[in-house]
Amino acid sequence: MQAVVRNYKAKDYKSEVKPIWCPGCGDYTVLNAITRALAELAVPPHEVAIISGIGCSSRIPAYTSVYGFHGVHGRALPVATGLKLARPDLTVLVTGGDGDGFSIGGNHFLHACRRNVDLTYIVMDNQVYGMTKGQASPTTAPDWEGSKLTPEGTGINPFQPLVIGLASGANFIARVSSSDPVNMAQIIVEAVRHPGFSLVQVLSPCVTFRPDQAVWRDFVRTAEVDCTDDAARAARRLMTDDGFNVGKVLFKGSRAPYRPEFEPSSGSIADLESRFML
Amino acid sequence: MTTHSVSLVIAGSGGAGVVTAGSLLLNAAAKTGWYALMSRSSGPQIRGGEAATMLRFATRPILSQDDSFHLLMAIDWDNIGRFSAEIPFTGNSLIVGDPAHGPCPAALLAAQPRQATLALADIAEKIEGGRPNMVALGAIAAMIGLPPQAMQAVVEQYLQRKGPAAIDASMAAFHAGFAAAADLPAIPKLPAIAAEKEPRWSITGNEATGLGILRGGVRFVAAYPITPATEILEWLAPSLAKVGGVLVQAEDELSSINQIIGASYGGVPAMTATSGPGLSLMVEALGLAVAAEVPIVVVDAMRVGPSTGIATKSEQSDLNIAVYGMHGDAPHIVVAANSVADCLFTSQWAVHLAESMQTPAIVLTDQSMGQSRAILPRPTPFTFSGQRITAPAAGEGERYQRYAVNGSGISPMAIPGTPGLAHTADGLEHNPFGTPSSQASDHQAQLDKRSRKLTQFNYGDHWADIVDTDAGPGDIAIITWGSSTGPALEALQRFSATGGKARLISLRLIAPVQPDRMAAALAGTTRALVIEQSHSGQFYRMLRAFYDLPRETRSLHQAGPLAFGPGRILEQLNSWSV
Repeated sequence: MQAVVRNYKAKDYKSEVKPIWCPGCGDYTVLNAITRALAELAVPPHEVAIISGIGCSSRIPAYTSVYGFHGVHGRALPVATGLKLARPDLTVLVTGGDGDGFSIGGNHFLHACRRNVDLTYIVMDNQVYGMTKGQASPTTAPDWEGSKLTPEGTGINPFQPLVIGLASGANFIARVSSSDPVNMAQIIVEAVRHPGFSLVQVLSPCVTFRPDQAVWRDFVRTAEVDCTDDAARAARRLMTDDGFNVGKVLFKGSRAPYRPEFEPSSGSIADLESRFML
Repeated sequence: MTTHSVSLVIAGSGGAGVVTAGSLLLNAAAKTGWYALMSRSSGPQIRGGEAATMLRFATRPILSQDDSFHLLMAIDWDNIGRFSAEIPFTGNSLIVGDPAHGPCPAALLAAQPRQATLALADIAEKIEGGRPNMVALGAIAAMIGLPPQAMQAVVEQYLQRKGPAAIDASMAAFHAGFAAAADLPAIPKLPAIAAEKEPRWSITGNEATGLGILRGGVRFVAAYPITPATEILEWLAPSLAKVGGVLVQAEDELSSINQIIGASYGGVPAMTATSGPGLSLMVEALGLAVAAEVPIVVVDAMRVGPSTGIATKSEQSDLNIAVYGMHGDAPHIVVAANSVADCLFTSQWAVHLAESMQTPAIVLTDQSMGQSRAILPRPTPFTFSGQRITAPAAGEGERYQRYAVNGSGISPMAIPGTPGLAHTADGLEHNPFGTPSSQASDHQAQLDKRSRKLTQFNYGDHWADIVDTDAGPGDIAIITWGSSTGPALEALQRFSATGGKARLISLRLIAPVQPDRMAAALAGTTRALVIEQSHSGQFYRMLRAFYDLPRETRSLHQAGPLAFGPGRILEQLNSWSV
């Protein structure tokens, strides 16, 4: 019997919980783009899980009508890894920010890229810790003096998430802007459909602690490149661009996802016990 | 009832084959119908360090290592001083060394044991393919009464792949040692037991832990290697695959515990195993599992701490972190295995408790029981398994309350994929729907619920093992836990044999505490002896905090890796029964 494909709308994926984000926060459009993408994918809400850590953008799961898990700071990727490996039937998305993913969760980021489990990781990068009121994050420019914690800037070069993601083995890399939710939704659809670990960096301004990011809307441009499956080419592009080329999938690999199979039992507990028997 | 037994140590530098020799001897003893307990002590080096295998054989099941050893067979003396404190001797003990390696180090001679020499290397050299450790095994077999045919069968099995020449060489070395032992002074011999009277197992504590985890229903394991827990994970990897489960190696302990939280949230019972340093890293996520009400099992095979401590040696000093480690009020389960065999029961029970109450369960074992191999009576099967209360699909119009506040405190859990019940599980404090809430009333209600589900649960008689002397419980209680239980039980048996009266209480359920059950168990006692292996008396302090103890309560605690022998506990009992 042919399964009936229901027609879903973006609002079918939204919950009644009101977001706590500041007016004008880029994360609103990310929420919209995710729900729009899920509607286009037509995956029933109960077969989707969104996993997050801690931070403004990590609040997304509660604002959706899918299964969600809001864990501790920096550990969204391991939770999602365990869930997807235990339940390969589910569509699993991970949402979070630059501090959650690249600082406290940095090691998990490297190994999630390397492990290549079939997950879609949407990072809302605003180059600041918003929830703790404006400290420099790993992607903040070294000379940003807006934080009381580092009043003279960090003096440290920013983390390059897409370059590092590529080097670590991410199977799909894209950069989008929160100013274009339609394009973002399209890229998320592609990311979910692509097997393996998909990394989507969203330039999502923080209107409160980084009002200087208001100009991003004018800075961003559609990347004038086509997607490549050549990691060396992708690396060259990513290392030379200024971070504002958006709207495109920049790299798509063909590495098979990591998926240890739950083999049907070939033995029983009694067989295992019999090996201890004298 | 005194255990008639023989205790011996085989020592040598790492790589000298003392662990192999110990295993072969243990297996041959098993074929002879004996019971056995084999413990290990080694330095952190993989090769070139020091290693010792401690074996005790008896014609009855063995509870503990003895107070001292009858025999030390030293293949060489390299670095043996490093664990001389762990191998006590008496004037009646016998130390046998190879004269090629010089005289016995003075550190071993404090108790003035008897000494003898055996040219292990020389004898081995005269046999093509012969090794000193096989010569040593031959001598030991002759001295303790182990029939050579038992060793023949074991060596044939062990060297099957290397072919008949290797088997013959090994057995030639064994027989040469057996013959040479005729000139050595005597140590106690055990009688061979003809046929097996009851079914017996050969199993380590770490293997038993893995088996209990599988029997409890765990089918997802995330692993990060750490001594002395690694063998649990290495046993589980192929075994899980056989019963339809999966093991994933994680990038660190933060990842392994969060992976199992993810898998369990997905409906698959999940666990990880670690030791103190790893448990320290996992504490934040344990609190998450408490708050989000996700069942997981974390086994902590304890080693000497703090920090990296002594990675290869045992201590009961993770009690505090297991019970109090998490920030906030975070009720959870802590259970402790009290023997090699009990690793099976306790780990299986832990899965049952975690799954039933949707909360993390920490299982405390330790290096001593984890890496000990025992020949023991086949454990009685029991049927606990994960019984998670899941929510059926919702009716139209009803909004699912993941954290519904109800009488039992256990709210039916919706598994992702169930239509109509989507919700967000959260480490943030939340209302019954799972929506984050900073309201005092929600916090109070959820704290009450999470506490209630643990305090109202029926743990049955498993909270403790209680054993009385033959003449009844008397007025002395021995309260202990974990690896200290074995020596305490043997002390109780010896005390009983001399007509003494006492009751032993070995706590399996460390948290939540059971004051009513303890009060009942302590009824009629006026004195208590608390025994543990920690420098600060962590267990004693915990008992003091939560239980009404008899007025005269003494704490017998010492740091690892030294363990209380039965004799020291017996001394204390005797001093009280004058």
